[in-house]
Amino acid sequence: MKMIEVNNLKKSFGKLEVLKDINMDVNSQEVVCVIGPSGSGKSTLLRCINLLEEPTGGEIFIEGDNLTAPNTNINELRQKLGMVFQQFNLFPHKTVMENITMGPKRLKGKSQSEVKELGTQLLDKVGLADKADVYPDKLSGGQKQRVAMARALAMEPHIMLFDEPTSALDPEMVGEVLQVMKDLAEEGMTMTIVTHEMGFAKEVADRVIFMDEGFIVEQGTPDELFNNPQNERTKAFLSKVL
Amino acid sequence: MMETINIILDGLPTLLKGMGLTIEITVISLILAMFIGLILGVFSITKSKILRIISTAFVDIIRGTPLLVQILFIYFGLPSVIDISLTAFSAGVIAITVNAAAYLVEIFRAGINSIDKGQMEAGRTIGFSYGQTMRLIILPQAIRRMIPAFVNQFIVSIKDTSLLSAIGLAELTLSGQSIYAANFRAFEILFAVGVLYFIIIYSLSLFSRWLERRLDVA
Repeated sequence: MKMIEVNNLKKSFGKLEVLKDINMDVNSQEVVCVIGPSGSGKSTLLRCINLLEEPTGGEIFIEGDNLTAPNTNINELRQKLGMVFQQFNLFPHKTVMENITMGPKRLKGKSQSEVKELGTQLLDKVGLADKADVYPDKLSGGQKQRVAMARALAMEPHIMLFDEPTSALDPEMVGEVLQVMKDLAEEGMTMTIVTHEMGFAKEVADRVIFMDEGFIVEQGTPDELFNNPQNERTKAFLSKVL
Repeated sequence: MMETINIILDGLPTLLKGMGLTIEITVISLILAMFIGLILGVFSITKSKILRIISTAFVDIIRGTPLLVQILFIYFGLPSVIDISLTAFSAGVIAITVNAAAYLVEIFRAGINSIDKGQMEAGRTIGFSYGQTMRLIILPQAIRRMIPAFVNQFIVSIKDTSLLSAIGLAELTLSGQSIYAANFRAFEILFAVGVLYFIIIYSLSLFSRWLERRLDVA
């Protein structure tokens, strides 16, 4: 089954048309990296997929459910979609553990002991078991992003969306975040990642999508796209970033 | 010197009664005003144009007219056209509530807007509704930042209650007036009235400083 299906998606901010007729889908367990220059619309595309941005036109299906239909329960559907932001967006008034557990506790009606166990497991997975009771402002950028991933995973999403997860990090912290993402990919998580980390995309992605000026210009396996790009714009972009 | 003290001591029971009424009106009004301020403050940042207009119109009208006129309007004006009779106490509570609410709307609006929009997005992507995100994530952070502004408005409202003397409500100021109208010792009595206001307001300031330290306002 297709996990994400995007048909003829359009998005404008006022007169500025950011997405022009996007068609894409993401299969189960597939890792898709979206690359492209700034302003190409890749973040907007990701934000449309969980309706942080309201599409101007087109349709989006999440596991077959129409996200854009007026009677869709968006809060329920969003629980299937984990999201990791560039700026982490942890809740500063909650401890690391509370950041992770408040979703499953309030939305899935799990008991305190259940969510505590889940939280401990997830913190272990992202290598921060000792940080359960600290507040986010005591963490480094890389640690914050790993907590943010644990928080998203706590809702047991079927799909994880990453919006430039390493762009706000100091270079020495990028690796620890990418490692957690790599582990997730190996476990078979369906992932869509907007990124500037070409090395990561090459190594981990099943498919790479190149976007420019609101269109998907080209897509293929990392080998096809990086080693044998067909489109002139893809070539020009890759020559600048590789 | 002894005479001054005696004059104040003689007036003190009346003044303390007035002070009690001042505190009572302030507390009731500010509790009500906080609810109205919060609701209209949230109205002012929603997508709904109608709700935003309601909020803006309320704020503009109340802020754009003097409190004394509002007090007189509610106590004398309204009963002359609609069939209600308000005691000076209820008219006073309504006037102070409505007036404080208008300023609190702006404090709530600014406080909520000061929270990074990524917080709302993070809450929503976890699956919380707008209301849940507001209640669990945005407001707890925003309210900490709003405390100094709240206290400022509370202090203004406490002092504003002195205007209720204009509709014959025996709060602290009118209590003082009634005493020196009889004994002609305006200096001593008004000095005592000032001290009593200062005690209320200074206690509130101390409490807010303590609260800010406890919550570690960032």
